Amino acid sequence: MIKVKIIVCIKQVPGSTEIKIDPETNTLKREGIENIMNPLDSYAIEEAVRLKERFNDKDIEVTAITMGPPQSEEILREAVSLGADSAVLLSDRAFAGADTWATASTLARGIKKIGDCRLIILGKQTIDGDTGQVGPELAQKMKIPFLGYVSGIEKLDKNKIKLKRLMEDRYENFEISLPAAISVIKDINVPRVPSLKGKVKAKNAVIPVWGKKEIEADEKEVGLSGSYTKVVKIFTPRIRHETKMIEGAIEEKVEELNKILKQLNVV
Amino acid sequence: MEIKVDKKTCTGCGLCKKACLYDAIDIIDGKAAINENCVFCGACVDVCRFNSIEISGIDEEEKDFSGYSGVCVYLEANGKTVSDVGFELVSKGRELAGKLGVKLTALAVGSGIKESAMEAFDYGLDKLYLADSPVFSNNIDDIFSRILVKTIAKYKPEIFLAGATWFGRTLIPKVAAILRTGLTADCTGLEIDEEKKILLQTRPTFGGNILATIITRNVRPQMATVRPHVMEKKKNKGSSKNYEDRIEHIKVERSEFKTEYNLIGVDRELNENINITDYDVVVSGGRGLGGSEKFSMLEELAGLLGGVVGASRAAVDSGWISYPHQVGQTGKTVNPKIYIACGISGAIQHLAGMQTSDIIIAVNKDPDASIFEVANYGVVGDLFEVVPMLIKRIKSGKPLI
Ligand SMILES: Cc1cc2nc3c(=O)[nH]c(=O)nc-3n(C[C@H](O)[C@H](O)[C@H](O)COP(=O)(O)OP(=O)(O)OC[C@H]3O[C@@H](n4cnc5c(N)ncnc54)[C@H](O)[C@@H]3O)c2cc1C
Ligand SMILES: Nc1ncnc2c1ncn2[C@@H]1O[C@H](COP(=O)(O)O)[C@@H](O)[C@H]1O
Repeated sequence: MIKVKIIVCIKQVPGSTEIKIDPETNTLKREGIENIMNPLDSYAIEEAVRLKERFNDKDIEVTAITMGPPQSEEILREAVSLGADSAVLLSDRAFAGADTWATASTLARGIKKIGDCRLIILGKQTIDGDTGQVGPELAQKMKIPFLGYVSGIEKLDKNKIKLKRLMEDRYENFEISLPAAISVIKDINVPRVPSLKGKVKAKNAVIPVWGKKEIEADEKEVGLSGSYTKVVKIFTPRIRHETKMIEGAIEEKVEELNKILKQLNVV
Repeated sequence: MEIKVDKKTCTGCGLCKKACLYDAIDIIDGKAAINENCVFCGACVDVCRFNSIEISGIDEEEKDFSGYSGVCVYLEANGKTVSDVGFELVSKGRELAGKLGVKLTALAVGSGIKESAMEAFDYGLDKLYLADSPVFSNNIDDIFSRILVKTIAKYKPEIFLAGATWFGRTLIPKVAAILRTGLTADCTGLEIDEEKKILLQTRPTFGGNILATIITRNVRPQMATVRPHVMEKKKNKGSSKNYEDRIEHIKVERSEFKTEYNLIGVDRELNENINITDYDVVVSGGRGLGGSEKFSMLEELAGLLGGVVGASRAAVDSGWISYPHQVGQTGKTVNPKIYIACGISGAIQHLAGMQTSDIIIAVNKDPDASIFEVANYGVVGDLFEVVPMLIKRIKSGKPLI
């Protein structure tokens, strides 16, 4: 029996909670920011591992993949500790500066080299680039269907997947043929913490590193050279306004709030 | 492609190291050195006071784009009505097309949407491409991508804009990938570089802490999704009233529109209103609410203001309210005229989802809560006193003092 291969795409990002702006230089303070796995990607891993547990454990193989600098290996080990069977790192100086299209191209080549993939699971979006474009572009590059914002997987077999996606005002239920790619939202599950056994497995995991040669990519299709967009300026938003604190006894505060809402034409 | 530090002019001041988000700069022997973590984002180039850092070797081919002309806007529909973001983009598109001296067109795709789509002419549209057919009754990614690709490939606009709705943010990347062009996500600013005649696309990243301006290199159209409610709707009536003449029907052959997506059903009739991105007023609750029953109080207030209820992640994770109400980085991005935050501390991930709201009102008992830093109006107080009293005040219409 052939295994159903599930690939989970994950990305290392700067842990953004601590990003602060240095008021003196108006630049970002990066000190103390550690690199973490993109928070939404942990839901993608969890969902893959749950699928494995829900169906026949031996029939599903979960591989985590990332494109990034050598230090991204850390999050791949984390993925293994959370239940992924294996992991692959796509890393090459030539990959740097990739936009979503070049990222999708590189990932597509890596996934092709892994082979036989039936389902690709991604996070909804990252907390740094924040585009949510890698999933649909990757799927298009691989000529397979993509469904975003998936909030639940009802059924999976070797050829089909049945799932639910969330739109702003509704849920939609779909069935699509495999291979396919999906992105998941936070509502789909509650990620576990790594087990001791998982941590040991992660420590010993052998993670191959593939560069542009290994994935047979042309210099022109990866990194900044393969990108169709380019960041030309990065700046910090201006502080827009002063905060007016409403003072006084509670009745006065509420009266003032009512007045403000009246001026804004909503009462 | 290369990034280089000019060792002669670099003073080792470390400004670039501070600006770098990827831990890609070390100061070695009093000079900046770029390591392998670099993603060529250019933040260091920008911040360097001595022009010591240069990114080079990007092949900017001189391509001839004279075959591409005009600004085209996608009018996304929800049922038979075009969503507001479509008209916002027509208004913005008018301005951009004016600066470039080109035509403004729009593409409407849906079933029974003609009447609603015609409204776009009130915002200064020159021509409407209309794909009106029952095959477009539901938002199916591959069916919609085909009609968009077909239209863009035929009419070759130099700029194509669409709303950064949830459907838009999965559909448009697919379209861009088929057309092999760049796409900038969730823009909040669009401008024309009048000298180079290109589109400057500005968008928030890193949870709204940074704005990045992005250009499309070497390919056309320049494509962007734009955050709903950010651009202003501006009526701009043309002289001619003969709108019918300015509609071009896009032929739709049913056979052309087979799909790989089997839509089994849509749950629209939910017993709560979850479409929080579409309201002018959002009243949100956080951990301070303390329980699910208390959300009915916010619902009442929202109802009085013609709004909808939102929530912080803390409230959703506690199970007090469902996930579709969540505002913030892992939830929805809202951009209402008025955002009222009750018992929300203002964690950066929450701010990312609401800080572009026009007016922010915060009620929190902690005077140091970070929500007050982004609020226009702040009330330090117990929300269990403030909100019920406000509801009573609005309902009775009688002054309290
Ligand atoms: C300030 C700034 C603004 C940018 N704006 C744009 C823009 O508007 N358009 C554009 O095309 N590019 C843009 N980029 C580049 C973009 O951030 C990179 O292409 C990045 O590699 C992937 O995009 P993302 O972080 O937005 O991922 P998203 O598309 O938000 O990620 C979705 C999912 O894809 C998977 N994924 C993403 N990256 C990887 C990876 N490297 N390896 C494995 N899986 C991955 C994860 O599962 C993730 O949850 C920008 C970069 C910066 C620094
Ligand atoms: N009764 C209350 N009235 C107003 N604010 C409150 C109340 N109880 C708690 N809070 C605030 O609620 C916030 C919880 O925020 P969060 O964790 O972001 O949902 C904190 O900033 C508290 O100060």
